[in-house]
Amino acid sequence: MGASIETSTNTMNGDGGSAAIGTAIGEQARPRVSTTARYQRIANADRGTGGESLANFLGVFSLGLGLAQMIAPEGMSKLVGIKDAEGNRGLMRALGAREFSNGIAILSRQQPEKAMWSRVAGDAIDLALLGKVMANPENSRSRALFATANVLAVTALDVMAARTLSMQPRTVANEGADKGIIRTKRSITVGKSPEECYAFWRNFENLPQFMRHLESVTVTGERRSHWKAKAPAGQTVEWDAETLEDRPNELISWRSTEDADVYNAGTVRFQKAPGDRGTEVRVELEYKPPLGKLGSKVAMLWREEPGQQVMDDLRHFKQVMETGEILFSDATKQRGMHPAQPDDKPVEL
Amino acid sequence: MKATCWVAPKKMEVREVPDPKILNKRDAIVKISSTAICGSDLHLYNGFLPMMEPGDIMGHEFMGEVVEVGSGVDNLKVGDRIVVPFPIACGDCGACKAGAFSLCENSNPNAYIAEKLLGHSPSGIFGYSHLTGGFAGGQAEYARVPYADIGHIKVPEGMTDEQVLFLSDILPTGYMGAEMCGIKPGDTVAVWGCGPVGQFAIASAYLLGAERVIAIDRFKYRLDMAREKAGAITINYEEVDSVQDVLMDLTAGRGPDHCIDAVGAEGHSHGVLYMHDRMKQALRMQTDRPIALREAILSCRNGGTVSVVGVYAGLIDKFPMNAVMNRSLTIKTGQCHVHRYMKPLLERIQRGDIDPTFIITHTMPLDQAPEGYRMFNNKEDHCEKVVLKA
Ligand SMILES: NC(=O)c1ccc[n+]([C@@H]2O[C@H](COP(=O)([O-])OP(=O)(O)OC[C@H]3O[C@@H](n4cnc5c(N)ncnc54)[C@H](O)[C@@H]3O)[C@@H](O)[C@H]2O)c1
Ligand SMILES: [Zn+2]
Ligand SMILES: [Zn+2]
Repeated sequence: MGASIETSTNTMNGDGGSAAIGTAIGEQARPRVSTTARYQRIANADRGTGGESLANFLGVFSLGLGLAQMIAPEGMSKLVGIKDAEGNRGLMRALGAREFSNGIAILSRQQPEKAMWSRVAGDAIDLALLGKVMANPENSRSRALFATANVLAVTALDVMAARTLSMQPRTVANEGADKGIIRTKRSITVGKSPEECYAFWRNFENLPQFMRHLESVTVTGERRSHWKAKAPAGQTVEWDAETLEDRPNELISWRSTEDADVYNAGTVRFQKAPGDRGTEVRVELEYKPPLGKLGSKVAMLWREEPGQQVMDDLRHFKQVMETGEILFSDATKQRGMHPAQPDDKPVEL
Repeated sequence: MKATCWVAPKKMEVREVPDPKILNKRDAIVKISSTAICGSDLHLYNGFLPMMEPGDIMGHEFMGEVVEVGSGVDNLKVGDRIVVPFPIACGDCGACKAGAFSLCENSNPNAYIAEKLLGHSPSGIFGYSHLTGGFAGGQAEYARVPYADIGHIKVPEGMTDEQVLFLSDILPTGYMGAEMCGIKPGDTVAVWGCGPVGQFAIASAYLLGAERVIAIDRFKYRLDMAREKAGAITINYEEVDSVQDVLMDLTAGRGPDHCIDAVGAEGHSHGVLYMHDRMKQALRMQTDRPIALREAILSCRNGGTVSVVGVYAGLIDKFPMNAVMNRSLTIKTGQCHVHRYMKPLLERIQRGDIDPTFIITHTMPLDQAPEGYRMFNNKEDHCEKVVLKA
């Protein structure tokens, strides 16, 4: 992993850490855990990415708005002062559906800034339509004016959020972005011991069990492994990786070898969770999609935004560790939207 | 097989769809004998819950005979008659181990979407939108049951479907609503909503030692049932100026010790407040109408409990947090952790403490599910609970 990612976050022995525990707490009353310093370091490094919370708010707002337009198009047209003709109702419903899917897209952060900008574009359409409605003498102007003011206010917020999202501040998560390196980190709590989690992960050939985009990982040497990932249209992307650091029950870090087409590197840390909560598993990952045709294949691998992909992998790791396998529903068995109903496709278990 | 599919708001269709298959080792396939329509289904029917897809199979209250068992299930065999709890739960995660099955950390394959809307994800639920996993539901001839090894209770010989079907959801839900109140001798409990959940909340409050239970609704036939079958004192909110005033009178100014909201997101009311909430909804300032919840909070005695089992789907406006905070109220809530109540409640049914069949007003074949939805939603023909026979 690039030297920039700190691998020395000292985990086990918290000596020196006790000074960090609130000094206002009497000696005898202090918690018996040795340190809070480790968590403070995580907190310090974590700045999130600015603009997200406003985007979240608008996502929620969008959902509400879309829902109302879809469910009660008559009421909505009346409120915004559009004559309640069949055509208008269809229009309101369509606007509602757009609003709603925007909300989901923003919230699920599938490329939030794109969804935000599509919202801005959507607002512009709303404004244009309302303008048209106002010009029609049959529709009530004052109501339409009210709605326009409402949409304008939302538009202003949208523009603000979209701009903040596209001008993200520098954080650990996006530093190096201008060099084309994408970096992400995610974590999860797994109800098994650090020893069990480490042992399962350390056998790299297990990785495809919970990293759904991997086809196989083959161990080729003491520190070497060969990774094969699924790319769209039945293609594959392959690379060799070497293990950089391996601290039993604590940490594994790896990176692609010099000659790999796809630069990528990762670290996973296992650390006992407080109480009997199991293990805190933290992954940091960075990769640089190469340019050109291969690049677009790799980008497709990560199409869901890298953080989301890592989170999915971690969730699946938890499922495999706790329950033995990844759970499917009728709708999520296949990629893409599918109704919650069985299909005729064969099942591979 | 035939299955009840959501097509659009207010539009259900019984369609021919592929039979379910085992998808995971701990699955079982059940041939459904009885299934019911729930108030929660009405939120989907009316389009209040996001993330439905045309073709989604509805239904989360069902029971039947096991016809296929996955290799990871060692306590079920073909031919067993089981009732299935509506939350899907693994039994192995921290939440399940703590008995909070509707918060299972492993059973919602769409957890990432739920996290964006709710902060964290609850468990998967059968037939209850893609937000809770996109699982096909049980208003069908067959259903796939994930984690079937812990997600079932076997029906003892000699008991009818009607006696045990509601162990899948509403009996435990009503019971949990009352249990969350922490009822003590002498307590008065008020229950908003006399739907099936409300009826079971009333009965359960008595089972748990309440002195008096007061029930609130506007449908006379439902109030009659609450009074005659569940034993409540009833208030028709359309016939009084202020429910709160009546409750104050009934409790000599103390207010009910505990208030249970068994209404949820589609609360109804008369007058200005209702207009306000409908307006807000239409203006996208809120998605839900928290009418019963507000009233419950304002009515509850100082230091009392507000137990919310009615479902809320989105955001609400004018939430009286000042009353909650300044009057030391406790709010308790949740989708029911059904798994943990099935056995004790089955025993109560066997002992004769409660006969849950009293709520059934309509039994019809699966084919007529769309009509069942319409009747239950519009409270036509004195409809309280619809059971569908597959
Ligand atoms: N927490 C859970 O696990 C769980 C499980 C099942 C159902 N539910 C929820 O419980 C609620 C009730 O379910 P149900 O099957 O009984 O539905 P239902 O529709 O039959 O009952 C709702 C009742 O509330 C009444 N009501 C509406 N506004 C009211 C008001 N202002 N004051 C008093 N009563 C009012 C209606 O007239 C109706 O009788 C729903 O929101 C449902 O989603 C929750
Ligand atoms: Zn239900
Ligand atoms: Zn679980």
